[in-house]
Amino acid sequence: MSEVWVTIIVLTVATAVIKGAGPVLVGGRTLPPPAMAVVAVVAPALLAALVVVQTLGAPEGAAFELDARIAGVAAAAVAVSIRAGLLPAVALAAIVTATVRALA
Amino acid sequence: MSLQGSNQEHRRERYRTGVRTGIPYAVAGLLVAISFGVLAQPVMGNVAPIVMSALMFAGAAQFAAVAVLAAGGGGAAAIAAGILLNLRFGPMGVALAPSLRGGRLSRALTGQAMIDFSWAAASRGGGSFDAPFMVGATLPSYPAWVGGTAIGVFAGDLIGDPARLGLDALFPAFFLCLLVEGELRPGIPAVVAAVGAAVALALIPFTPAGVPVIAASAAALLGLWRSER
Repeated sequence: MSEVWVTIIVLTVATAVIKGAGPVLVGGRTLPPPAMAVVAVVAPALLAALVVVQTLGAPEGAAFELDARIAGVAAAAVAVSIRAGLLPAVALAAIVTATVRALA
Repeated sequence: MSLQGSNQEHRRERYRTGVRTGIPYAVAGLLVAISFGVLAQPVMGNVAPIVMSALMFAGAAQFAAVAVLAAGGGGAAAIAAGILLNLRFGPMGVALAPSLRGGRLSRALTGQAMIDFSWAAASRGGGSFDAPFMVGATLPSYPAWVGGTAIGVFAGDLIGDPARLGLDALFPAFFLCLLVEGELRPGIPAVVAAVGAAVALALIPFTPAGVPVIAASAAALLGLWRSER
């Protein structure tokens, strides 16, 4: 079997196991208050990190890649902060990124 | 109507609301999936990218694995990259778990419906999640992701370089909007977001892809600060 198919099969199984682990091991009971206080702020931590990594990181990792995405995501930040709505803000990000790239 | 019947109806309504909420994200996902298909086709051929999207259904991990294969990094490195990028679903699943009902199998299946968007959109504050809403919000993204990959594979010549269209800015912009509109409450959540962003920023140049996001989830431990006072 080629390495492409091995990669796909192993990653499929690994993804299912990772996604199922928390619900199977922790689910069905109420966590103590300190654990819930941590759980409550996992979302802001992860979302902020995803924004930073997907805006500034190189896809293959271990490097910054500073390009037109920065302008696009910054435009979305301005749009969402003036309550332009989610879809217009996201569309603006792609348009600004494409435009800056075309001009560069 | 019995209490249980009305509860069932309520869950179905939350599921339907989730589906409606998930449609705009699925449109963005379709465009990103097209760019995945375009990038993956030269590396993996016509069939493998579509099968990968259908089985894995995990955007960032798929991009990372294909980027490693394209660079000649080999299968083991591609698997490592994909796993690192998906490890964030570990803490996300732990956060989701207390909000799930039913037996182990049903909870494990609900866990499969976690994608970044639906998980964040289903967050109701204080650590509680609306599980039926999350499953509904994920649903439109699945056909969009698989179909978009197929479009990218077969229409790559027409599309050209996806970066030209700015599609790589869609996901970070989406996550930024979710953060600002849903999670950036003053106080601890805002501090945690800032620390998470700083941790990720500091690690980007030094670690494999995926590690900065997992490490940033440790910023959630700051939640203890409030609970202890």
